Parts: sequence; C-alpha cells; structure tokens
Amino acid sequence: MPCPHHRPIARRISVIPAFTPPGRPLLEVENISVFRGERLVLDRVGFTLEAGDALLLTGPNGAGKSTLLRVLAGLHKPEGGHVLWSGVDALADRSQHAGRVAYLGHQDALKLGLTLRENLTLAARASGGNPDLCMESLNISGLADLPARMLSAGQKRRAALARVLLAQAPLWLLDEPSLGLDINTMGLLGTLFAAHRQAGGIVIATTHVPLPLPDARTHALPGLNESDIPQPLEDFPEDDLL
Amino acid sequence: MTLRIPALITAILERDLRLALRHGADTLGAVLFFILAGALFPLALGPSPELLRRMAPGIVWVCALLAALLPLDRLFGSELEDGSLDQLLMTGLPPSLIALAKMIAHWLTTGLPLLLAAGPLAIMLGMPTTSMMVLLTGLFLGTLILSLIGGMAASVVLGARRGGVLLPLLVLPLTTPALIFGAAALDAAQTGLSWGPDLELLGAFLAAALPLCPLAAGAGLRAAVE
Repeated sequence: MPCPHHRPIARRISVIPAFTPPGRPLLEVENISVFRGERLVLDRVGFTLEAGDALLLTGPNGAGKSTLLRVLAGLHKPEGGHVLWSGVDALADRSQHAGRVAYLGHQDALKLGLTLRENLTLAARASGGNPDLCMESLNISGLADLPARMLSAGQKRRAALARVLLAQAPLWLLDEPSLGLDINTMGLLGTLFAAHRQAGGIVIATTHVPLPLPDARTHALPGLNESDIPQPLEDFPEDDLL
Repeated sequence: MTLRIPALITAILERDLRLALRHGADTLGAVLFFILAGALFPLALGPSPELLRRMAPGIVWVCALLAALLPLDRLFGSELEDGSLDQLLMTGLPPSLIALAKMIAHWLTTGLPLLLAAGPLAIMLGMPTTSMMVLLTGLFLGTLILSLIGGMAASVVLGARRGGVLLPLLVLPLTTPALIFGAAALDAAQTGLSWGPDLELLGAFLAAALPLCPLAAGAGLRAAVE
C-alpha cells in the first residue's frame, strides 16, 4: 500500500544519488564513540547503509542503542567518529540534517492538552506534509479531534508514528517503535516500512521484539563488561552529577 | 528552509498560546500573584496615601519581576520532560530561534497580562495618572527584557537538578538594571524630572538582550538534550 504522501520521498531520494559519488553508500557511520560521564557507552560503532536498507540495533539494556539513534539524529554530539550522508558530513550542520531525519524517541512527545491534529501541526508545518493522510495511514483519523490525554498508550504511539510519516524524511530513526502497539498496527507498521524502503528510504530501529522488517540487517551492540559498570562510591559527590 | 522559518516560529507560538488557553489556571497564576502581592503592601505598610504613592513604582516593578519568574521553569521544563524538545529541534529550526519563539510566547502569556494588570494596580496604590504612560512604557520594555533573560536562564538550568531554585538566583541579579532604570524613570516622572534617559537606557538594555539571550538559550537547549 504505497501511501500518497510517500511520493515526495521517492522524488527526493531519486535526486540524491545525483550528488553521490559513484559507489558511495547513502549513510555511512564511522567509528562513533560516546562517553556518558566516565563511561564509554559506544565504542567505535560503524556501519553503512544503502537506500532502501533497514538496520535493527539490538543489545542489552544500557548498551547505547538510544544514544546511537540520538547521535544519528544530530541530537547528541559524539566524542569521536563521523556520520556521512551521501559522502557529506551530516553533523556539520545539525539543523539541516534534521530535515533528512524522522526521529521517534522512546517518549511520544505529545502535548496532552492538545488534540491529535494540533499535536501534528508543527511537524506538518516543518515538512509541508498532510497530517490527515498520515493519521489515516495509522488508522487514527477518528481520534484526530480528541485531546491526547484521552488516548491510550498504543494510540499515542501511533500518533507519534504518524509524525514520523509526516516528516517525509528519507532516514527513519525509531526507538522501540512497537512499544504498546497491537497486532493489527504491527501489520500496518510492516506495510509502512515496506513502502518507505521501496521509496528508497532507510529505517534504523532499536528493538527487543521482532519487527516487521524483512531482510533487515542487525547490528548488535555489545553492552557493558562487568568491569565497566561503575561501582557506587561512598560519599559520592552529588553535585558533580549536575 | 529560509522561507519556512517564520512559519515555524508562528506554529510554535500558536501551539504555546493554545496550550496557555487550555491550561488557563496556570496562565492566570502569574497575574493573580502580581495583583495579590501588590495588594499586600497597603496591608503591611498602612493605608497612608502619601507613603503608598511614594512606594508605588517600586512595588509595581518588584511584583512584576517576581510574577514573571513563576512560569519560567515550565517554559522549557515541560518540553524536555515529554520529549517535545527533541521534536522541536528536529523541525530543523535553529535552536536559538526555537528559544526566541518560546520567549515571545512567555511574553504573550505572562508579560502582556502583567502589563494589563499593572495599570489597575498602580491606580490602587494611588499613583498619579500623569505618570501612567511612563509606567506602561517602562514595563513594556521591562517585561520584554524579563522574558528574554528569563528564557535564557531557564534554558541554561534545564536538566539540572534543583533548577527551580537556581532559576531566580540567576535571573534576579541579571534583571536588576531593568528594575533600577524602570523604577527610576517612574520616580523621575512623579517628581517632575526628565524620565527620558532612564527609558532610553532600558531600551538599550533590551536592544542588547534581544540578540544575545536567544543565542545563549539556543546553546542551552542543545546542551540539555545531549
């Protein structure tokens, strides 16, 4: 089911390879390293993805899956490494990079006092997309005029996914997209993923459960060694944590 | 992209105003605090009209300053907590302009109501109507300065524990020049001196804060989501 608003993506993506040096993958992630305090969360993580690829990030809790997504979204500056989009440093201009990315955090980022449609207005204004079509794609058109506080967790997740569609961006970064979704919506998600990849988009998702992403590659983050876990200190200097 | 910037700023403003209307009690809180705090002074100082008229400029200005502080820690705090700040940054709007939009929203929902309530409060304290124009002009500039400096401070303490305590400690010293010039202009107007220079200095302060505060606040927002 190729939804109508996917057409602009296809158009934009088909333009991108023109700027790409031949043989250059769409997304290259090189040696990303991130420190959290004293602890090395991501140690020289790297992979490359072509248009239409999907990547699942797996690993134990605290392995840095969400952090890696935030780095790729340009929300977190890595201590080392590069993210290249069509061979160009993506993190040099993070505001521009934001235009290529649709980011779904582990929070749904909905304002409870606003209706669903009002919640999507800002994203629609940013991308020029049509919120009604995106809500329809996720079967939440009927809820459009309800305040977000009246929605269930799964419905809120669907609204957040509608915002991902709305961004009309080639790179989808999804932090546990299946959180709270029912079985029907999982099927729907599979269709949307397929349409997005068909149009040349990339999906990178963190997950603990199987996602409807056929022939997706998997990148396992190793997580912590026992010796890396910081031991609680006595008289821990609390204010240093600020 | 350049063309979308005004549209995005308006969209953020619309969203914040809509939220302010939906949560009317929160929005009115600052103004009610302003009026109540101002009304406490006659009770504490005694009903002498002469004394109240002398003190009115200071009372109005200090109460406005304190009232504008109240909603500051929710300005970015609520955005950070529910993940909306990430989504705001993902719109592609430069962080400093996001901060500027939020500061304008703070002025519209807090500064403007304070400005409207300042007139009645001043009359209640017996301030002569001749100096009302100076009061409102001064407060107009002053509330704008408060929104800019307050927004900057709110984004700097964002994500810090005890940020709510830190915030007034950061804002109040920075806004003292505005308080001094604003109250001095009123004092001058009441004693028949020239009040122009004080208001001009207030305007100069605003002119400096207008580009600097959003820039600092933008850096604060980036740091907060890290």
